[in-house]
Amino acid sequence: MSTLLVAPFVAPLLAAAIGLLARSWRGVQRTVTGVLMLVVLGSGVGLVTATRDGAAVATRIGDWPSGLAIPFAADGLSAIMVLTTGTMTLLALVFAAANGEDEHQLFHPLVAVLLAGVFGSFLTADLFNLFVTFEVMLIGSYVLLTLRGGGTQVRAGTLYVTVNLLASTLFVLGIALVYGTAGTVNFADLAGITEQVPTSLVGFGVIFTAVSVKAGLVPLHGWLPRTYTTCGPAVTVLFSALLTKAGVYVLLRLSSLVLGSDVTWRPLLLGVAVLTMVVGVLGAVGRGDMRGILTFHMVSQVGYLVLPLGIWSVAGITAGLFYLVQYVLVKGALLIVAGTVERLTGTGVLSELGGLGRSRPWLMVAFVVPALTLAGLPPSSGFLGKVLLLRAAFDDAHWLAGAAIVLVSLLTLLSMVKIFTGVFWGTPTAATSTAGTSAAAPPRRTPVPVVAGGSGDTVPAHLEPGAPAGRDVDPPGWRMVGMVGPALLVAALTLVIGVAGQPLIELIEPAARTLIDPTPYLEAVRSA
Amino acid sequence: MTAAIIVGMLAAGGTYLILQRGIVRMALGFVLLGHAATTLLIASGGVARRAVPFIGAEGDLADPLPQAFALTAIVISFGITAFLLTLAFHGRDVLGHDDVEASVDQAPPIDRAPPIDRDAQDRNR
Repeated sequence: MSTLLVAPFVAPLLAAAIGLLARSWRGVQRTVTGVLMLVVLGSGVGLVTATRDGAAVATRIGDWPSGLAIPFAADGLSAIMVLTTGTMTLLALVFAAANGEDEHQLFHPLVAVLLAGVFGSFLTADLFNLFVTFEVMLIGSYVLLTLRGGGTQVRAGTLYVTVNLLASTLFVLGIALVYGTAGTVNFADLAGITEQVPTSLVGFGVIFTAVSVKAGLVPLHGWLPRTYTTCGPAVTVLFSALLTKAGVYVLLRLSSLVLGSDVTWRPLLLGVAVLTMVVGVLGAVGRGDMRGILTFHMVSQVGYLVLPLGIWSVAGITAGLFYLVQYVLVKGALLIVAGTVERLTGTGVLSELGGLGRSRPWLMVAFVVPALTLAGLPPSSGFLGKVLLLRAAFDDAHWLAGAAIVLVSLLTLLSMVKIFTGVFWGTPTAATSTAGTSAAAPPRRTPVPVVAGGSGDTVPAHLEPGAPAGRDVDPPGWRMVGMVGPALLVAALTLVIGVAGQPLIELIEPAARTLIDPTPYLEAVRSA
Repeated sequence: MTAAIIVGMLAAGGTYLILQRGIVRMALGFVLLGHAATTLLIASGGVARRAVPFIGAEGDLADPLPQAFALTAIVISFGITAFLLTLAFHGRDVLGHDDVEASVDQAPPIDRAPPIDRDAQDRNR
């Protein structure tokens, strides 16, 4: 069992080391990453099986005595998060390989580092170790974001690094306050500590604030839509699947351990969730480029994911987790389609696009199904998730939150229709017509300087995002399959879950019960 | 009390510096904030207990855990500060300045109505 718990953290670090050594051999890197994903998904399935009936498993790193060792533990929530984000990562990596984005020699090692941090955050049961794994994740993301080294990336990178560094500093300060008052950082000992040591709540408040920045909650969301659009499309897909979800996971975990059945702070958290939903979707409606709309939407959807913080009931958490599982896949698919459009046309700005549905019908299908899922139309999985959330909200008489769920869905539909009419409908424009391309938009092949100290290799201009770079009108068939395939797979999956979602709900419900009553998790950590 | 004053002064100085426009000043501000966090970590273990935390040692044993925390936090903040400075250095090459506020004019595309075609309107008239 301990191998299963530690593998998702250790295997990526090992893969990163091998990938760095083999940085000149793309084939070796891809093979290593492939094996890594097999290990991750294998342990994800193993963990889900082990925690299926609401049980929890734990281990001590290095076999140090309990209390000194860093504990790793998994309950249903951790296991489901590992499996879901692992699946989306695999799809994103397929897209990256087809898109040619993994040609940079540091791409594979950096993704592995990112994965180590994310899975470590999901599985650790120690507050300080959580901070360390968060930093591992963030350092991977800093470099991935600025990998192309252009002016746009440096600007966005500066914003991203400073905001996250400030949040990390807050995180450490919070940990110091918690340790100073509670005298421990072990999750098992921290459970319910606020009743014995009320002052420790100050430290937890600081930690909640720091994690809210990383999750992208309003009003701490400003950095997210301004940075996620500047990196490569596949990197955006990875970030969307991994980074904010790690923040949401920590919020859920801390809420389960620290707040428990305490209802004092629930109205505040519910208010923040609703505000996040509304502000995010309004921001998305105002944007004029495909990835911009989708990334601003992430903020809105994070609001849905943290609704359970306010609706702290079994039904509420089950609905929230169900929504999270399908949302990670759906948003990944939409961003993959956005990346494919940028690759085919060289732009993501809606006013320059149009009529792509005629020349690329499969791409349109790969967009429409996830888009309607995101808006919550039946018979998709998004509809099921929203109905569950709505029912949980009304059960606890949160009328305003219920109204927000419906209203925000409507505005989501509006922004999805906006992308649809802008990109796939209408008449083809210079950017989307297949004939006379060289005259309309000559492919630029400008060498892009790599971050100082890099290897000095150049990147094809069509991979340089943020600028109206060159386009690849008719990529070879295998590339199109690799780019559209993952999105189509998700589209099919959402329909299947939407029609037959009962097994998934039954899998998630014990995890929700373990969050409400974390006794199995605490027992496992204590007796590990 | 001394630790509290040190943390307060470091945090104040760090906050002032990260509100500046130049990225190097911001990096220095983060260094100060990092020191504030480290000091707070050490203080959380109690600064009065100073003896080495070995079994069999004499006196009031220090709590080893905050020291391990502080060491880890220092290493991490050092690494990220180095990355931030690299970004500033590289940004000077690419952008020609290290002013973070100057990026405002590079806002992402906002959805606007298409410009009105005056000529077409005149023709229609």
